[in-house]
This record gives sequence, C-alpha cells and structure tokens, in this order.
Amino acid sequence: MSNRILMQGNRACVEGALYAGMRFYSGYPITPSTEIAEISAQRLPLLGGRFIQMEDEISGIAAAIGASVAGVKSMTATSGPGFSLKQENIGYAAMTEVPLVIVNVMRVGPSTGLPTASSQADIMQARYGSHGDYPIIALSPNSVRETFFLTVRAFNLAEKYRTPVILLTDETIGHSREAIVLAKPGEIEIYDRIQPAYGEEYVPYRIEPGEIVPRMPAYGRGFRYNMSGLFHSETGFPSNSAANAQESSDRLFSKIYDHVEDIVTYEEYELEDADLAFVTFGSTSRSVMAAIKKLRKEGYKVGMFRAVTIWPSPVKQIKALADRVKHIVVAEMNRGQYVCEIERIVQGKVPVSHLGRGNSAILLPEEVSERAKEILK
Amino acid sequence: MRSSKLVEKYFRTDNLPHLWCPGCSLGIATRALCAAVDELGLDKDKTVIVSGIGCSSRAVGYLDFNTIHTTHGRALAFATGVKLANPELEVIVISGDGDASAIGGNHLIHAARRNIDLTLLVFNNSIYGMTGGQASPSTPQHAKGTTAPYGVVEQPFDLVKLAEGAGATYVARATAYHVNPLIKYYKNAIAHKGFGVVETICICPTYYGRQNRSGSAVEMMQRLKEDYVLNTNYEKMPEEQRQGKKVYGEFVNKILPEYIEEFDRIIADLKGETNV
Repeated sequence: MSNRILMQGNRACVEGALYAGMRFYSGYPITPSTEIAEISAQRLPLLGGRFIQMEDEISGIAAAIGASVAGVKSMTATSGPGFSLKQENIGYAAMTEVPLVIVNVMRVGPSTGLPTASSQADIMQARYGSHGDYPIIALSPNSVRETFFLTVRAFNLAEKYRTPVILLTDETIGHSREAIVLAKPGEIEIYDRIQPAYGEEYVPYRIEPGEIVPRMPAYGRGFRYNMSGLFHSETGFPSNSAANAQESSDRLFSKIYDHVEDIVTYEEYELEDADLAFVTFGSTSRSVMAAIKKLRKEGYKVGMFRAVTIWPSPVKQIKALADRVKHIVVAEMNRGQYVCEIERIVQGKVPVSHLGRGNSAILLPEEVSERAKEILK
Repeated sequence: MRSSKLVEKYFRTDNLPHLWCPGCSLGIATRALCAAVDELGLDKDKTVIVSGIGCSSRAVGYLDFNTIHTTHGRALAFATGVKLANPELEVIVISGDGDASAIGGNHLIHAARRNIDLTLLVFNNSIYGMTGGQASPSTPQHAKGTTAPYGVVEQPFDLVKLAEGAGATYVARATAYHVNPLIKYYKNAIAHKGFGVVETICICPTYYGRQNRSGSAVEMMQRLKEDYVLNTNYEKMPEEQRQGKKVYGEFVNKILPEYIEEFDRIIADLKGETNV
C-alpha cells in the first residue's frame, strides 16, 4: 500500500510541526492561515500538547514565546495583517533568543488587501518587520511536500540557533492539495535546544566552548534566571552599556551569519549553460519551472535559482550566479522586493530586472517565457 | 519575616539598589509579594514572575525567581503560555496600571474570562512613571498628567469592577499603606485556583505627586490611610461618612472551573471515549 496521501499545504505545515516536536500552539484566526490553527486545535490535545486560541495576534505570539521559555516547542501562524501585529514580539524573541516558529501564509496587502488571494509581498517585512537591528531566518516552501519538510527544518533551526524562524508560505501553497509521503519517525533528525546540566555554573547568556548559542534551561528546572527585551549582559540582567549592546548585537548577528553554510539551502535548475537565470522562491518557482521546461525544448538557455532559505539570503550563490549568467530576472508575486536584495548582491555585474505585479493573479508560465524571449531574442 | 531577611532570601541583592525614585511605594508592594511567597512556602525554582514594561515591571530584575520581563502590555499573554506549557509552575504577573489596563487591557479581560490559574498584581500608581508622568487609564478625572496639562477629561477605570465584570474569580484591592491586608490578598490570590487579581494602590510622588501638588511621599501615604476604608466597614457606614472614601478589601472570591483543569478534563473524557 502506498503511503502517498493527498494533503493541503496548511495541514502539511502542522504535520511537520508535530513531527518536529511542537506541543504548543497559540494564535488567532486569519485567512488564509486558519487551517493551521484548526488542525493544531484538533491534533495537539490528543498528543499531550496544548492549543489555545488567544484574544488577538499579539497575544498569539506572546503565549507561544512564553511556552517556549517554559521548555515546549511552540508555533504560531498568521497571514498579512496578523504578521504586522506580531512584529514587536518577533523582535522580542530575537533579542531574548527564544526558539519559535512563526508561519506567515502570505496574502495580498497592504491592509486587508485581498484576504483569499496569494502574494509574496511580505518578504521584506519578514526580514525587517520589527524595529531595530536583528537577524532572522526565513524559509519558503514551493509545494505541499516541501511545506512539511521545511516546517521540520524551521523548528530544528529555531532550536539550534535559539532564534525565531519564519516559515513564509503563501495562499497558493497553503491551500493547494498535493500528493505527499510524510517522513517516518526517526527519518529526519530532530534537534532540541541544549539545556545546562545540574551542578555546573550557569550564566544565562554565556556560550560554552564549542557551542553556538547559550544553553537554555526550561523554567522550573532550577536555573532561576532573568529574561528581558532590554539589552542585557550575559547575566541576563539589563545593561545600558554601549559596549555591551555592541557585543550583544554582534553575537546575535554572528550566530546566524557565521553559519549561513548550514542555514542557507537552495535549488538550482538548468543553470549549467544558462545565459538567463530566473531567481525566485515559493509558489512562483512552479510557474518558472514550467516555463523553463518549455523554453529549453525551444532551445533557450534559461535556468532557475530558487532560494529555499530566503533570509539570510544566499549571497555566495547569487554572486557565483552573476559570474555565470548574462541576465538575472527576479520573479516574485509583488512589485519588487527580493529584487532589491539580489541587486544589492549582484552590484551591477549583470542586468537584474523584476517580473511581478501588485495584484492577486499568480505569474503564469507564459509570462515567464515571454520575458525570457524578450531578453534572449 | 523581617524585611532584611526577605531581601536576603528573595532578592537578587547584586542588582540593588533599585531604580525607583525616593518615596516610591513599588518597593512596599514588591516586599509584600515576597512576604506572601514566604508565608505560602513557594519553591523559588517553581515560581515564575512575569512582567511587562513600566516602573512596576522592573521589579522582576530584583526578584530571585524565574523571571521574564516581556513587552509592554503583554505580560499576561506570555504568562498564559508559560502556565499552559507547565501547569506545575506558580505563575505571577506584575503589571502597572498602564501596562495592565491600557495597552494590555485586552489580555486582562480575556485572562479573566478564561479563569486561567494565574495571579495578576497590578501596582497602580495612577500615572505612567517610566515615561515621565503621562495620564493613564487610572489617573483620576481632572487630575493632571504631562499629556493632560488641563486635567484628564476621561473617567478612570475601576480595575476591581473591570476584573470582576470580565470574570475573574478572585479580586481584591489594598493600598501601599495597608500592608497587612496587602500581603493577605496576595497570598489568597496566589493560592486561589483560577484567575486572581489584586490591585495595589501605589503612590508616585515624583511624576504624579509633583504635577498634582500632592505633597510629600509621607503626605501621600497619609492620604491612602485616610481615604481608603475596608469594604465591609464601608457597608456599615452612614451615607454622610462615605463622602470622599474609597474601598479596599476582597471583592470576589469564588470557585469556578479553571481553564487548564477544564481543558484536561475534556481531553481525558475524549480519550476515555475513543480509546485514543
């Protein structure tokens, strides 16, 4: 009997979260992410976990952070306006280094926008949405299957790097139904945060030799410490020192940017001899892939670079791409966001243009082909 | 227990002196919490104190428990997550009047509605002290704040009535002057199964007192003594004596199904029925 099942993207997200060990979900209903809350509400209690529908988006993420601090892997999901509302506490989790997964099933904005329509216009908000300087990890799946695996990975990265991780899906992926084979127990390695051992000196934000982040004991285990969104010294207590703030900020950034090799994943397709590369991510890559298959048959040297990890961006790979191809087109369902990042990385080495728009119509393979032919004619 | 002993046992003495102004009563409220914890015999390792942002919320940095200084207004929401993740923990929230009833008002009413087993201590000094004296939802009508230079137009919240109306199952109020009742109410609220709220009327001589010509800290404390009457005594007072008096005391103390127990009961029943 085949293990292949037909599953919706939002359900695959919950299945991935449960596989990774998520046992707490708190959130607020919002289209098109609501199924993630509904399915979590149904599944978690039966697995010894807890679900709570909070009074708003802000408390949805706040409770998830609280549960993570108490030692339980936690998730919250939202869309559009809700993602805006969660931003302050995303910054809090980044500052206090609390592992957490935040799912944003992107819809068309700004404001209420088009609640049931797909978009990829929260790319920059995912990176820079909260105030102040902080790093973030954001992953973007392009299928139901990948939603499952990237949700598992989001939890693993959150635990390993003590950071909030954003899973950026979109309405197309969240509401699509595709065949999927879920991983068997034990098939994917699950990473759990390192907790301090009893009997050793515990300094809350000190890093042990050979480790990446400070150890994080669950509240209640006997390591009484203070957590604060104020800049804090390694003791966990507030510090107004500029030198300490610089050192803390450096460490927050280096724990992510010193490990881009581990964090950044991507897919390359037909790039070996390509003159033109489409840089894309998420559901738009499906249209790009379809177009490239057709264009290749017609003899056009076109390929695709798909960022699976959106943030931190794949700087090394994009630089290498700019050395190989003559043109780059960034295809995304927005008016031009990730293209800014790609232009920044490419630094004029080859022409970079944008293919996208501000409405709800997903990019079609024909539009991708048309752009390729215009450039390569 | 003597104050010096309480400080030794429950304070992170390395972090002292505290940042509160001379004459501030937040220290009295914080001491009362330690006294309550001591009398209840709570395990420091199993006790979590959650706070938001503001003068009162800075108390957590001085207290030797599992402490979390969160974002403005959100302490109850963080605390809800902590408690659900590990119901064995005793979770106490310290919040100011602005934190609890303005930016965090939504979380206050919903924690009360849920009757989740948390304790909320509102240290109410009737002003935003940390930011320099702006009007809060507790600033009396016509009193001054830096954002209400001609006096506050709106009427203040009655936090006791708000909490009661939203469904809190233990609600009390005391003042920084009435320390013995304060400790008793803190103890009762913490021991209470369900959502307990204790409003502590505090004084802020620096940012409330100066603008409102309230006199010295001693005079402000004297006024708490004179103005506040125990609710059961107030009931017996003739109408003419009630003029200008305010009440403290226990206002609600009832047992209703607590959120986590109810959640677990439903799931246990479900598992029993379906043999999951």
